[in-house]
Amino acid sequence: MKTTARLALDAASVRGVTYADARVVSICNRSLTTKNGRVGHASESESLGIGVRVIAGGAWGFAASADLSRAAVEGAAARAIEIARASARVKLEDVRLAPEPVAVAEWATPYKIDPFTTSVEQNLDLLLKVDSEMRAVAGITLAETGMNFQREESWFLSSEGSDIHQTKYSTGAGYTAYAFAGSEIQKRSYPNSFGGQWQNRGYEQIEEMKLVENARRVAEEAVALHRADQCPEGASTIILDGSQLGLQIHESIGHPIELDRVLGMEANFAGTSFLTIEKLGNLRYGSELVNVVADARQEHGPGLGTFAYDDEGVAAQSTPIIANGRFTGYLSSRETAHTIGAARSGGTLRAEGWNRLPMIRMTNVSILPGEKPLSLEQLIAATEDGIYMETNKSWSIDDKRYNFQFGCEIAWEIRNGKRVRMLKNASYSGITTEFWNSMDAICSRDEWTLWGTPNCGKGQPQQVVGTGHGASPARFRNIRVGSAYS
Amino acid sequence: MLTKEKAADIFDRVRRFSSADEVEAIFTGSRFALTRFANNTIHQNVEEENSVVSIRTNFAGRTARATANQFDDESLRRAVEASENLARVQAADPDLLPMPDAQEAYGRTGETPVAPSSTFSAPSSRFFERTAAITPADRAEVVKDIVSVAGKHKLTTAGIYSNSESEEGIFNSRGLANWHRQTLAEISVTMLAEDSSGWQKANSPDMSNLEPARLAETAAQKTVESAHPREIAPGKYTVILEPAAVLDIVGFMFWDFSGVAILDQRSFLNDRIGTRLFGENINICDDVAHPPQAGSPFDGEGMRRECVQLVEKGVVKRVVYARATVQKMKNSEYAAKVGPIEPTGHGFPLPNEVGEMPMNIVFGTPEKPRSVEEMIGSTERGVLVTRLWYIREVDPYEKIVTGMTRDGTFLVENGKVQYGLRNFRFNQSLISMLSNVEAMSVPVRASGEESFDMVVPAMKVREFNFTEGTKF
Repeated sequence: MKTTARLALDAASVRGVTYADARVVSICNRSLTTKNGRVGHASESESLGIGVRVIAGGAWGFAASADLSRAAVEGAAARAIEIARASARVKLEDVRLAPEPVAVAEWATPYKIDPFTTSVEQNLDLLLKVDSEMRAVAGITLAETGMNFQREESWFLSSEGSDIHQTKYSTGAGYTAYAFAGSEIQKRSYPNSFGGQWQNRGYEQIEEMKLVENARRVAEEAVALHRADQCPEGASTIILDGSQLGLQIHESIGHPIELDRVLGMEANFAGTSFLTIEKLGNLRYGSELVNVVADARQEHGPGLGTFAYDDEGVAAQSTPIIANGRFTGYLSSRETAHTIGAARSGGTLRAEGWNRLPMIRMTNVSILPGEKPLSLEQLIAATEDGIYMETNKSWSIDDKRYNFQFGCEIAWEIRNGKRVRMLKNASYSGITTEFWNSMDAICSRDEWTLWGTPNCGKGQPQQVVGTGHGASPARFRNIRVGSAYS
Repeated sequence: MLTKEKAADIFDRVRRFSSADEVEAIFTGSRFALTRFANNTIHQNVEEENSVVSIRTNFAGRTARATANQFDDESLRRAVEASENLARVQAADPDLLPMPDAQEAYGRTGETPVAPSSTFSAPSSRFFERTAAITPADRAEVVKDIVSVAGKHKLTTAGIYSNSESEEGIFNSRGLANWHRQTLAEISVTMLAEDSSGWQKANSPDMSNLEPARLAETAAQKTVESAHPREIAPGKYTVILEPAAVLDIVGFMFWDFSGVAILDQRSFLNDRIGTRLFGENINICDDVAHPPQAGSPFDGEGMRRECVQLVEKGVVKRVVYARATVQKMKNSEYAAKVGPIEPTGHGFPLPNEVGEMPMNIVFGTPEKPRSVEEMIGSTERGVLVTRLWYIREVDPYEKIVTGMTRDGTFLVENGKVQYGLRNFRFNQSLISMLSNVEAMSVPVRASGEESFDMVVPAMKVREFNFTEGTKF
């Protein structure tokens, strides 16, 4: 594959480009689901191809081909240059790339069990056990489970001399129990909604998730929600579980800090950002307790945003995003680094596959846990009045990332430090900076989980990649709740 | 690019490599190019070519799928083996049907359907050489024109211009062989000023139907007219939703017009089919052959897509069915209350969990169509909405969805657009919304970002529920 990538670079260099890189990517995937005691789908896929990115005439061009014959690869390189020259017809200035040391490296996701060596029978048996547990609960009308593995192997070569071979594994699983009765559909998911929990690990991830052990409880909660009171409308203290806080970070910190959004490059689709450049170092994003990093390094954990090098050959880094509440950093690339006065890219350029142009994506954007020991139960015990919300049900935020509204699958009213009643249809809403400034407690490391969001969409054509979000439960004061049903 | 002949050759090899009772291959291939601009410059410009074969094998009630994008014998053998391994280990599914033959799939033997029937007429060709032939230089010239419109109005522009040619086919070991070829060109334009923005988007299989200059001018006009937006209190307002806004919000209900969704009891139509759910002025069908529609005339099993009247005078008449869903529904406790139960050619490729969905939605033309300008003229106080954004479902049975307005929101008073407004968050039941439609325009092909393309009207809706505002 390296030879193929080299072929593309050679073809580009003889045509007078100022920069070129080539990525050969091979992606294998296994996807299994069950529904109400039967296999929902069972599928595997393979995708192999090359993407060639060039700067010619001071502008970008990109062409991708699944055909890896010599003629097709050279054709893709030539096509990328033709496209770059067309781009140059509508440009204001030449593309500038921040310098980056040449990297020659091999890296692979550390794992204990290659998920592709596990048998499909074993995978389906586990999912069907979970399914059976959920459907053993009276009132469950639909039980769905799913399990996914992915192996992505890439060979990146650049005209500057970088030569990087990486193999990334990701593994995910989860399930949802639905209960339809009267005029309501309620659901509960585990360990998270919309695909469960994902990390860059092997099958050991599945084994550690206690999928079967939690299935009956989750199903019972779905049924119990029908008897629960409606979440009230008004202002309240809220406590969010780690998975919901992870999505809150994704939407109201992760996206607004993408420098391409800030610079207007996503204005037509994903939107822009309220975090204009003059706010860097000056904005009080959150309370003193809010400390957020964008960390792609393995030492941060096996998140979906963990790698050794990004898709333009920049080494994984940890960038402070919010330090003691103050806004300190963006997600950047070699092309955009200069706009914030950075000497080097933050290493966040990633592509969905061989046929997509790498773009700025979240790596693992995580809130750091509280330093003082604090469990979720201790946090609830220390809360006089409030609502504890768990597991995302719906999410929406405006195109500058100010106004958000989230719904959660389940909630409990807290009175005098105790959960006193279950609440259904819980939601909360607010303005990003006001929300983060209202955080007055966050649980410590033992409650911290690196959650995976496997379905983050961005770009035109749209690309879906996985991102990581470490979070532990946290408390927020004076938050508007219940407006989704107002 | 794949052709039907190349695909047939690949399918022959797949059949030779397989020991399954039945084999199916779905082919998809495209050459896709997109020029992306922002800050009045082209900043991303891409092209890709890819073809995929997705192989399904059946063994006595067991089925699975494996997909590859390399067509050498080794890759095909590996995909066949993967599909067979995934299928063999499963318990038999008594509901799994044999694959359809050509007779079952489109009512006669031979080629892709051409003969009209009471519920089906074949679409005219959706492949246009002039769309396929668009070059990077052609796209750059169009972008240059859009940038010049931005310059004229002292605005910044961002957007895309894309074109593609695509192939889609299905072959199975019972003799089915369907093929569809299509082109698509798309332009989306955002214009930005200091504190306002405007947007327009259009697509068509035929690039000559696109009007880049008009789209750019309209987006610019919206940007200029919504400058210095004012804040008004959230609440229930009469709204005039342009077609793209209608498309993006109503798209959230069509997943539920599915037999499997009823059987799973996850549809808001459970216990509601045959009842008047919407206003009497709402008529909706699914019709792949409707002229402004796009897409292939067969479904994920190769069954021809029938024209299905889903809603008539506000009454939900029926849902769509994949083959396998039909028998399940007939045997279910819901059979007597879901309207006609027959295969309609709306299934997704098997195996899947969601069954089917109507994806060629066409709203009926109202008796007395009203233009957006006429709707504005008849409105004492209301809000004109260009576009809705980040829509998500809040309540699956009452079909409450939330989202934001975006890129051109205006106050209408005394029959005139007065000024731009800061954007709103809405929490709105689609059932209520479609019960409160006071006027509609002639439906047009619309394109947004939250739902698939449809033929929808602009709508004037009373008591639309804005619950919060944002800061811009």
